[in-house]
Amino acid sequence: MSPKKTIQKGPEANERWDLRLYVAGQTARALAAFANLQKICEEHLPGQYHIEVIDLLKHPQLAKGDQILAVPTLVRKLPEPVRKIIGNLSDTEKVLVGLDLRPRS
Amino acid sequence: MVKTRKATSSVPRLEKCPTGIAGLDEITEGGLPRGRPTLVCGAAGCGKTLLAMEFIVRGIVERGEPGVFLSFEETAEELAKNVASLGFDVDDLVRRKKMAMDYVRIERSEIQETGEYDLEGLFVRLAAAVDSVGAKRVALDSVEALFAGLPSEAILRAELRRLFRWLKDRGLTAVITGEKGDNALTRHGLEEYVSDCILFLDHRVINQVATRRLRVIKYRGSKHGTNEYPTLIDEHGLSVLPISSLGLSFPVSQKRVSTGVPRLDTMLGGHGYYLGASVLISGMAGTGKTSLAAAFADDTCRGGRRCLYFSFEESPEQIVRNMRSIGFDLENWRKKGLLRFCSVRPTLYGLEMHLAAIHKLVRDFEPRAVVMDPITNMMSIGQIDEVKAMLTRVIDFLKGQGITSLFTSLTGGGSSLEQSEVGISSLMDTWLLVRMMESAGERNRLLYVMKSRGMAHSNQMREFVLADDGISLIDVYVGPGDVLTGSARLMQEAKDQAEALAAGRSEQARQRELEREAASLEAQASSIAARLAAIEAERRLAREAGRERQEQAEKEKRGLAAARKADRARSQA
Repeated sequence: MSPKKTIQKGPEANERWDLRLYVAGQTARALAAFANLQKICEEHLPGQYHIEVIDLLKHPQLAKGDQILAVPTLVRKLPEPVRKIIGNLSDTEKVLVGLDLRPRS
Repeated sequence: MVKTRKATSSVPRLEKCPTGIAGLDEITEGGLPRGRPTLVCGAAGCGKTLLAMEFIVRGIVERGEPGVFLSFEETAEELAKNVASLGFDVDDLVRRKKMAMDYVRIERSEIQETGEYDLEGLFVRLAAAVDSVGAKRVALDSVEALFAGLPSEAILRAELRRLFRWLKDRGLTAVITGEKGDNALTRHGLEEYVSDCILFLDHRVINQVATRRLRVIKYRGSKHGTNEYPTLIDEHGLSVLPISSLGLSFPVSQKRVSTGVPRLDTMLGGHGYYLGASVLISGMAGTGKTSLAAAFADDTCRGGRRCLYFSFEESPEQIVRNMRSIGFDLENWRKKGLLRFCSVRPTLYGLEMHLAAIHKLVRDFEPRAVVMDPITNMMSIGQIDEVKAMLTRVIDFLKGQGITSLFTSLTGGGSSLEQSEVGISSLMDTWLLVRMMESAGERNRLLYVMKSRGMAHSNQMREFVLADDGISLIDVYVGPGDVLTGSARLMQEAKDQAEALAAGRSEQARQRELEREAASLEAQASSIAARLAAIEAERRLAREAGRERQEQAEKEKRGLAAARKADRARSQA
């Protein structure tokens, strides 16, 4: 994957993006969220991101740490500050805003 | 888990889940509905969180039912610290795997909503917590925080409905707290989802005194108390004080206790008050109510029994000093630990705190007699009805313990003497009335028994005198005109005495006169008798002389006869 600098107000070049997607089981909503996320990351954070999918049905104790209520929830662990985005990530614009990849209007 | 309680009918009764909160289980007749959610609503600071926490902690400690506390407002550490002051060691319960705590924090600013979602995360967390301890009880405090934290109300409402359904399906007894709304029970209409049982907590300030109250708004499938019950939070946590929880089933005693005034005992059928009775002494200022109370306290202690004295006007030292002046050495009993004073201004705290203080002291000290002097001061901190309700509870409580209670009540200048201000006379078994009688430039005390249930009591008024050696009751002078007391009575008595004396004297004189007369008559009688005797003697002499003459004459006659026959008779003559 060759880095292409096509991001409007992109992240720092070598910044590592650590993302966690919390789901509860392999629901349609969860699968959609994962697909949406991967698409956005490929487009805006190629080679810089790491996605960890956590199934709360398998690891319920992990919900506490990131204060997860809603599923799916995407948590941006790095870079700081922590951001949370809930929903199936179908609204790309909102996801970009939520991840600070686009300035809030 | 299914315990059938007295399965007389085939239809299973609603099973209750005791909260362990004093009083609450009484008004709900056993506790909250088991396996169902209960909504606890009220304004900020009314004790919702405490109620939820006590429900969980007491469930573990008293019933051995593990619980989960899910907090949306405070962290577990904060909560543990807050309730530590009430003697709950939450950390220990968590360590022993009896209790699970989870703090659910939602920060609106951190959350971006993008598309569909649900609250399965919350369910997962709750389920994990429930499973980790095998919980039977759950507290959610307060779910409404979700409304502030999550953008989509529609999803939230659907999820809440699912949550309450989920709790029910798992057979969890849940307490859900909610903030009071403007025109609804809760701000976000939680009552819509929780329809089995709703408790309402209230904290309002009347006459600058804050009062907590609890009301059961709804309890589906169960009888419950419908009133607003005073509630208090003290070092033992929350307690609800049901007015009539004790009912009217007191143990009654035939034993009597002395009033401390011998003649008053006599007035009350000869033996004083009934053990465990409630006694009211009412009267105007300065009529000696406190002195009568002190006499009772003194006598109780003299018998080696403990007495608890609540004084709402005077300090213990002042009472001790004042009562020493009429011969009661209360300090002595105090030192021996038989008498304990509790002197507080009524305005120090609200009525239910007073009630709680009374309960606590009585439980600690275990007195056989309680004096409250005067109860009318309570009027300054509550409405008449509230004070009456509170005193009803005090009397109920004391009677239930078989403690004799004596209350004094100050009658205001304007009101009728036979009307006790707090209107509690009907609650009392014995009612003594002390009044002032003004006459001849004096005020004197009069005491009488207004009523005394279950004993033949005197209907007479007594003059009530406070002297150096105690209290004494003196018969009043009931003359043809009026009832006399004080110096008027003394004067009347002196006058009576003088009259009696004078009457006595004239009687003696008359006696002597008669004696003299009798003596003189006797003298006359003896002289007559003497004369009679003389006359009799004379008559006898005369009779004898007459007989001698007759004999002489006979003799001469015979001589004469002889002489007539011969000269011999003549010579014989």
